[in-house]
Amino acid sequence: MAEKIEMVALSPTMEAGVIVKWSKKVGDEIKSGDVLCEVETDKATMEYESMDEGTLLSIIVDEGAEVPVGQLIAIIGEKDEDVSAIIEEAKKAPVKAEEKPAAKASEEKAPAKAVKQTSGSRPTSRSGKIKASPLARKMAEEAGVPLNSVDGTGPNGRIIKRDIEKAIADGPATQVASSMREQVIQVSKKRKIIAQRLAESKYGAPHYYLKLSINMENIIAARKQINAKAKEKLSMNAFIVKFVAEALRRHPQVNASWQGDTIVQFGQVDIGLAVAQPDGLITPVVRNCESKGIAAIDQDMKVLIDKALNNRLQPQEYTNATFTVSNLGSFGIEEFTAIINPPGAAILAIGKSEKTPIVTANDQIVIKPMMKVCLSCDHRVIDGAVGATFLKDLKDMMEDPIRVLL
Amino acid sequence: MAKYDYDLLVIGSGPGGYVAGIRASQLGMKVGVIEKDKPGGVCLNIGCIPSKALIHQAHMFSHIKDLEDMGLKVDTSGFDYTKVFEKSRKAATDLSGGITFLLKKNKADYIVGEAKLTGPHQVTVDGNKKITAKNIMIATGSSPRSIPSFPIDEETIVTSNGALMTKKLPKKLLILGSGAIGMEFAYVWSSFGVEVEIVEIVDRVLPIEDDEIGKFIKKTFEKRGVKFHLGTMAKSLEKKDGKVNVTVSQGEQERVIETDMVLVAIGRAPNSQNLGLENLGIKTEKGFIRVGDYYRTNIPNIYAIGDVIHSPLLAHVASKEGEIAVEHMAGHKTDKKMDALLIPSAVYCEPQVASFGYNERTAKEAGIKFEKAVFPYRGAGKSVAIGCPEGMVKVLFDPKHKEILGAHIAGAQATELIHEILLAKKAELLPEDLATMVHAHPTLSEIIMEVMRTVEGWPIHA
Repeated sequence: MAEKIEMVALSPTMEAGVIVKWSKKVGDEIKSGDVLCEVETDKATMEYESMDEGTLLSIIVDEGAEVPVGQLIAIIGEKDEDVSAIIEEAKKAPVKAEEKPAAKASEEKAPAKAVKQTSGSRPTSRSGKIKASPLARKMAEEAGVPLNSVDGTGPNGRIIKRDIEKAIADGPATQVASSMREQVIQVSKKRKIIAQRLAESKYGAPHYYLKLSINMENIIAARKQINAKAKEKLSMNAFIVKFVAEALRRHPQVNASWQGDTIVQFGQVDIGLAVAQPDGLITPVVRNCESKGIAAIDQDMKVLIDKALNNRLQPQEYTNATFTVSNLGSFGIEEFTAIINPPGAAILAIGKSEKTPIVTANDQIVIKPMMKVCLSCDHRVIDGAVGATFLKDLKDMMEDPIRVLL
Repeated sequence: MAKYDYDLLVIGSGPGGYVAGIRASQLGMKVGVIEKDKPGGVCLNIGCIPSKALIHQAHMFSHIKDLEDMGLKVDTSGFDYTKVFEKSRKAATDLSGGITFLLKKNKADYIVGEAKLTGPHQVTVDGNKKITAKNIMIATGSSPRSIPSFPIDEETIVTSNGALMTKKLPKKLLILGSGAIGMEFAYVWSSFGVEVEIVEIVDRVLPIEDDEIGKFIKKTFEKRGVKFHLGTMAKSLEKKDGKVNVTVSQGEQERVIETDMVLVAIGRAPNSQNLGLENLGIKTEKGFIRVGDYYRTNIPNIYAIGDVIHSPLLAHVASKEGEIAVEHMAGHKTDKKMDALLIPSAVYCEPQVASFGYNERTAKEAGIKFEKAVFPYRGAGKSVAIGCPEGMVKVLFDPKHKEILGAHIAGAQATELIHEILLAKKAELLPEDLATMVHAHPTLSEIIMEVMRTVEGWPIHA
């Protein structure tokens, strides 16, 4: 009984394919699994494997021709079988759904090698291991096929030899399955506000960035000395905030805000400190830093940060910072640029203090704890030279703290 | 009223038919199983089961010497083969009764009569009773094949049927064919003192088994006095003075073997006649019904399984094929067909032979690269302790991944031992998995562990 060989969809989106090359010629014995021809699909050139056995009796479509899926391309049957009727019929109706004999029911007509997207989840054993036979594991390992990219067809979805063979034949999967899963998360009100304000700031305020490195040697030493005698240890951030406040006091143009028609220079230095929370970030504000000592700032910060982490900050405790400091040094970040937190016109991004070889004035290489900082400025308020002078003063004071008294 | 009398009608109640019937009933189908002879088919009545009863008794008889080794004096003068025969019949009758019980228990109707297909959904029983069914399964099995030059009378020229029903042993038996059936009868009858000669057309014993295993079996049979004529064809016979003279030819040479009885054991032929296949246009090939995936014939709702189709003529194959077909009818996900490389074969002579998958010859023919590991029975202490040190296990494996390609065992309990390796093959375990699995000591199963260690290059007892 002659089998009509039709073009099949070799990829999920394939509607037609070009027969690049016939691998068999009329009269050849065909075994199931033999490559009949190479077909160029919308994705790649693929091998068309026969699912039928017998003699290739006729090739209907020549090399180079494009054929829609479902069209007759060849006939396989018993040697010397008369297939002229089928060929005639094919000429009359080039595209036609065929009724298959029972033994080759249509459900088996799915292409053996269709590229398919793997379905995210794999059956796993109780220990969480992907279920695969030892042979499949070994073959996958040698062929470099990741097991989580293979669909198992064995008992209970176990990956078996034929699945690996198929995976190897199919080539790299179009989409490698991931152990992660896509989630849709409802946005909290707070998140919405953060998003809106950051976007407004980044799009509304023309940012520019100034970077430099500060030698922290003296501050570290000073903090060590003070902490050695203090009841409560002072945090490095308290030191930084105090120096920033002092620099802002000296450069009020930086402690300012763009108000559309006016620029406001604030009469006090209220420094916001960016604090990460599980569901966002918040900037509790230490008020009047220009008038407070390091210990007082440190005390305020401890209270505020504790409240922030417990979601207990009142609105007046986290709004209207005149300047913001964001320190990601504890994550090992060397340097970064931050988005200005309105109504302030600048934010200082602090990197990690790290031992770094530096060249001294007299050309010696020495190792110093250097901290990279990056000042983001709203150009509408702070011009480059203003921002630069501010940053230089900050650096000089931090490197040589006695200058604060000048 | 339902459209059809039954969801499934099975023609034949052998190991293919009755298993399919019970499985179908379990899956919620209304089932009828039609049988013209006795329930259980050839397997139970005139095949596997009575022959195993004979083999068991032959085994006991041939081990009388072991008793004498203990100082016992055994008087064999009262030996009566009729009693051996009767025991084998009782085993068959008992089990045959069990089939009707199982069918009844599973609510499948057992219908006695000769079935003929009279429509795609209709079977006529005994020419008058019409029964309809949504699906029909042909499981009519096979009968011993005969050759025209050796007309069967089932008395002096017998098939396995006549041999099993023989109540009086001949002095001399000539067996045509050294396949499983020929070798099992050779074992049984030679054990009881019959002089046995075997004529085999090809140049090896147990032709479908591995050559090395065949050679080993030939040697052990020759030790017990069985004579082989390999590469030899039986041409004709002449009955004379109660004797049978069989002319055989080996190449150009012809000679005559005188014997009392001839057993024709050259294979089995499908029972596809008188079923009405031609009425429906069901296609056959050399008598075997042609089937596609799920054992469907060219008529979509008619299935055929077992010896009547072209697949290994084994009861366990028929049962599995029936299961696949029935699962498919029920719309369950199932393999399209049995994997030929996962079918165990078993020969119950002594030593036993069991195998599956590729042997060296078939692997070479198929162009499959392989390596082999062989381990002798003697290497496992148990075999020596129970007096069965003769035997071997051979494993063929893929050189690249060490996938098991086939296994061949000759020796005591081979037909049981094979399944550990077969399970490993089916589950795609690797030799190292069996090599490192703890096996109880002392057991014959240690041979399996050792041959797998041999694959891995570290046999302990070799």
